[in-house]
Amino acid sequence: MTARLQNTQQRVVPVSGTNPSLGASARIYLREAKYELLKLLRLPAFFIPSLGFPMMFYALFALVLPTKSASFPMTTYLLGTYGAFGVIGIALFSLGIGVSTERAQGWLAVKRASPMPIPAYFFGKYAMTILFSALLVTLLCLMGAVFGHVRLQASQWGLLMLVLMFGGIPFCAAGIMVAYLVGPNSAPAVVNAVYLPSAFLSGLFIPAEMLPSFLRTFAQFLPPYHLGRLALNVIGIPTASNAWVHIGALAGFAILFTILATVAYRRDEGKTYG
Amino acid sequence: MNAEAEIVARLDCATKRYGTTLALSEVTFDIECGRVLALLGPNGAGKTTAVKLLLGLSSPTSGTATLFGGDPRKASNRRRIGAMLQVGKVPETLRVREHIDQFRGYYPSPLPVKAVVELGGLQGIEDKKFGELSGGQRQRVLFAIALCGDPELLFLDEPTLGFDVEVRRAFWKQIRAYVSLGRTVLLTTHYLEEADALADRIIVIDRGCIVADGTPTEIKGRVSGRRIRCITDLSPDEIHQIAGVSSVSREGDRTEIIASAAEQVLRELFHRDASLSNLEVTSVGLEDAFMALINKEQAA
Repeated sequence: MTARLQNTQQRVVPVSGTNPSLGASARIYLREAKYELLKLLRLPAFFIPSLGFPMMFYALFALVLPTKSASFPMTTYLLGTYGAFGVIGIALFSLGIGVSTERAQGWLAVKRASPMPIPAYFFGKYAMTILFSALLVTLLCLMGAVFGHVRLQASQWGLLMLVLMFGGIPFCAAGIMVAYLVGPNSAPAVVNAVYLPSAFLSGLFIPAEMLPSFLRTFAQFLPPYHLGRLALNVIGIPTASNAWVHIGALAGFAILFTILATVAYRRDEGKTYG
Repeated sequence: MNAEAEIVARLDCATKRYGTTLALSEVTFDIECGRVLALLGPNGAGKTTAVKLLLGLSSPTSGTATLFGGDPRKASNRRRIGAMLQVGKVPETLRVREHIDQFRGYYPSPLPVKAVVELGGLQGIEDKKFGELSGGQRQRVLFAIALCGDPELLFLDEPTLGFDVEVRRAFWKQIRAYVSLGRTVLLTTHYLEEADALADRIIVIDRGCIVADGTPTEIKGRVSGRRIRCITDLSPDEIHQIAGVSSVSREGDRTEIIASAAEQVLRELFHRDASLSNLEVTSVGLEDAFMALINKEQAA
């Protein structure tokens, strides 16, 4: 028996033992991103809340009911913080809730049983998050520039876009971690329970300066705080901190969440859910 | 086992536990090249677990699962298989054509789109979104997706679960068309009729153990029989002792017996109970007979 199985293997090698070329692999990754984006652009249950809520909050609190502040224009300030709020939501919903439902419904098992490299699946969702974040930031910036008379230098617009596009990455990893750590039915509840309070405590709704000092100390341990501060920093709002500290903190959270997500993924492999 | 046949997949003494639940208990079987093997059993028998082990979606607690003599998780082995699994929900906003394009992209030399569409019977609905399809059409898309890589070995996990008879028969035609190309298939089902219609070999599995293994004719022979209905003073226990009785049940004053050797059982019934009345003898459907086989194994 053993001898014959080995023969079988030898026969296999010339047929399909070779690995696909780099180009073929790249096309798999790009196709995952393309269809992930198409899938969610056609899904109102995703794009209405993820674009609609940040835009509605910005319209309401920055354009319609602006609070007066002596040191900086509120329309500029809230562009940074609602931008951060929005991209965190896109990352948590597309990865946290997206992965957990596709896993619970058995769709992920179909993909895992195919020759698709599993990183391609996650790459598609990261790429979608980055592109969708760019769309949201563009819309918010247009609102701010047209209706809120926000005036920034070209480099500041560019840096804000860059920070918010890629600032969602640590939250993508956090989403995967949640998807694999908690049951598929509780993932949406966990995401919501973490998302809104941490955004509030991180000063994404009301300026962090207005929070009591013990909450501000606590906020430094929350990843959204650092994304909010970094976004404000690049558009010239004084934050009394160095941008590199926030970049370092976000990178640290990204690494930590990626490690935890990988551990959770490995632990889950071979369990009931695909 | 045919010594000439090439083994494409194998479970060897495979056991799978989920926590304290024993899903599969020391199960061994081979899948031979060019054959259609059906794993037949009731819900929760361990059929899907066996498929998951062979697909490398789950690893055995003990024992081994091999695909083409190697690790099922290797991409080079996965390129040679296709899998139609039980899926609760498929992304509904993508079109049929887009799902096919995405899965074709995973294989170095996939089937042409036209062939995939034809084998799946998807002509005319390629541009529909998955969410707009009927239940039968959805299953056919999952079938087509499994065929994208022109697999040597195709897994079909409960492909017609919940279908009405007409849709099921139409789907069988689709599967037969593929099988006629000389491909190897592992089918799981809880319909004996389906296993009989499609498979060369049936393994009956119940509560994680193999309870029967043979050709459809052999399996049907083991489970075929007659249904005897009558009014008798004999107790079900007494009747069970008669040779040739597969199962006995009583509803009101009517006793129902499934018998593998009806004539012999009837002779014995008349002998023991002269007052037996309202006799009725009919042939049993395959499903009843199959249930009788499962119940007999459980009683044993």
